[in-house]
Amino acid sequence: MLRETWLVFSQAMRLSLRNPAWAVIGVMQPLLYLFFFGPLLERMTANTPGFPPGTSWQILTPALIVQLALFGASFVGFGLLAELRMGVVERMQVTPASRLALLLGRVLRDAVQTLAQAVLILILAFTVFDLRASVGAVLLTLVMVACLSLALSSCSYALALSLRNEEAFPAILNTVLMPIFLLSGIFVPITQGLAPDWLYTLSRWNPFAHVVDAERASFRGEFTTDALLTGSVVLFVMTALSLYWGARTFRRESA
Amino acid sequence: MIEAHGLARSFRARGKEIAAVRGVDLDVAAGELVGFLGPNGAGKTTTLRMLTTLLRPMAGRAVVAGRDLAADPVGVRRRIGYVAQGGGTIPESRVLEDLVMQGRLHGMGKADATAQARAVGERLDLGELLERPVKSLSGGQRRRLDIALGLVHRPDLVFLDEPTSALDPRSRANVWEHIRALRADLGTTVFLTTHYLDEADALCDRVLVIDNGEIVATGSPAELKAKVSGDLVSVGVPELALSRTAEIAGRIAGGDAVSTSDNTVEFRVPRGDLALPELLRALDAAGISTTSLRVHQPTLDDVFLTLTGRTIRDAEEAEVAA
Repeated sequence: MLRETWLVFSQAMRLSLRNPAWAVIGVMQPLLYLFFFGPLLERMTANTPGFPPGTSWQILTPALIVQLALFGASFVGFGLLAELRMGVVERMQVTPASRLALLLGRVLRDAVQTLAQAVLILILAFTVFDLRASVGAVLLTLVMVACLSLALSSCSYALALSLRNEEAFPAILNTVLMPIFLLSGIFVPITQGLAPDWLYTLSRWNPFAHVVDAERASFRGEFTTDALLTGSVVLFVMTALSLYWGARTFRRESA
Repeated sequence: MIEAHGLARSFRARGKEIAAVRGVDLDVAAGELVGFLGPNGAGKTTTLRMLTTLLRPMAGRAVVAGRDLAADPVGVRRRIGYVAQGGGTIPESRVLEDLVMQGRLHGMGKADATAQARAVGERLDLGELLERPVKSLSGGQRRRLDIALGLVHRPDLVFLDEPTSALDPRSRANVWEHIRALRADLGTTVFLTTHYLDEADALCDRVLVIDNGEIVATGSPAELKAKVSGDLVSVGVPELALSRTAEIAGRIAGGDAVSTSDNTVEFRVPRGDLALPELLRALDAAGISTTSLRVHQPTLDDVFLTLTGRTIRDAEEAEVAA
């Protein structure tokens, strides 16, 4: 199984590297926000009551990394739909290779790609802008974004496999992702001080909001707060459930 | 090599249960080259997808390449090659890379997979193209790569779904050569589906005719054609001599189903070539001069027509209309 996962992973990676345009396009959006929106937030954070503690870069950078995973990893199902259309998936299914390996190899490729993009954002935030965070915080954030990517791309593959429809897939994704994105407080944190009660309550139901909060806490150096614990638990559960869903869908798709 | 009993599968579409395959029995011996012939939508691909573990049968059981389909699907996958109708190549990949990957997914080591990929590439005339990107191949080359992908792990049994659909005549003939060589050189059992009658006729030892999810006939192309009760002889004669000619035709030994239209009389005999001299002598004696003479040997199209009451083309048009 490990060997097969590695096979699928290295093949997928090789093909991705051969055509890096998608990875570049994927990281463009967060980078644009970093450069053209980040600087605006500096004074806003300082002068607006209700913002969480920490500098604007400690608030924005982790959020952009979550945004990166949210929009990058969620759309990987598109690639699978193309592979389905071309018969690549079927061809691999009529081999003794484990169904789980066919999923994990792809999911791991996506995680590595998201990590590389996240590292780029972090480097720019540290060097060009005024981000300050400990090594521990950075490592923790990378672990979290890797988990997030695993979770989202598993879900994306599972959804693509269940739908098998290249038109319905983006329609459903956009419908689901926009509210998740806005309710995560990525650009402006949804805090009790800033948001009306109902909006704050709603955002607490959004697992991604907890992940963003946890990353922000770790960037501030608060490793012992509730936010970090809650976010980690939410992320862990989300990742486990997503991988389970993905694995089940991949297995069910053939006899 | 394949033994199946009562395989069935239906699909739900718009709340209705549609039976795609209703109880198919199959028996394919090792080393046979068997064709599954029927119009599009007859249930060929569905049956193939069940036999290759891609689709779970709703009823029936099968032993494929010595392994039980339901109990040991992985064992089946290990021993068969499957070439889907649309292939399964990766456009961004290189030819050799794709072949090696397939071998490795079948559990071969890197060196073994590479050697075997080269060998199978050579066998299918892809030797010069191994380093080329897959997307740069022509239709015929890509189809050969599809087939090569199904052979890397040296399976005893290969399933080919419509191996030559959408190919130009030259590439078709070329693919046929390769399929024949597969059996002749390697002893591979080949099970292919086709809706081309000439393909089944030219290639297969045995043909299974499927229509509406059921096998309606099976036999060698010659045996199936014999079911059409002989050759069709048509004689062109002057209009005045039509009825006389029909009468003579009816007296020919084994002559049957005499019909007249415009200036021709048509009838069936078991062997047209043997009936002609007798017919000509009789017509000569009656003073009737023929304007044309034709013996039409039955094709598998006639077989399909006899068995189902419609031509494959009609069946496909009905399918499109449905």
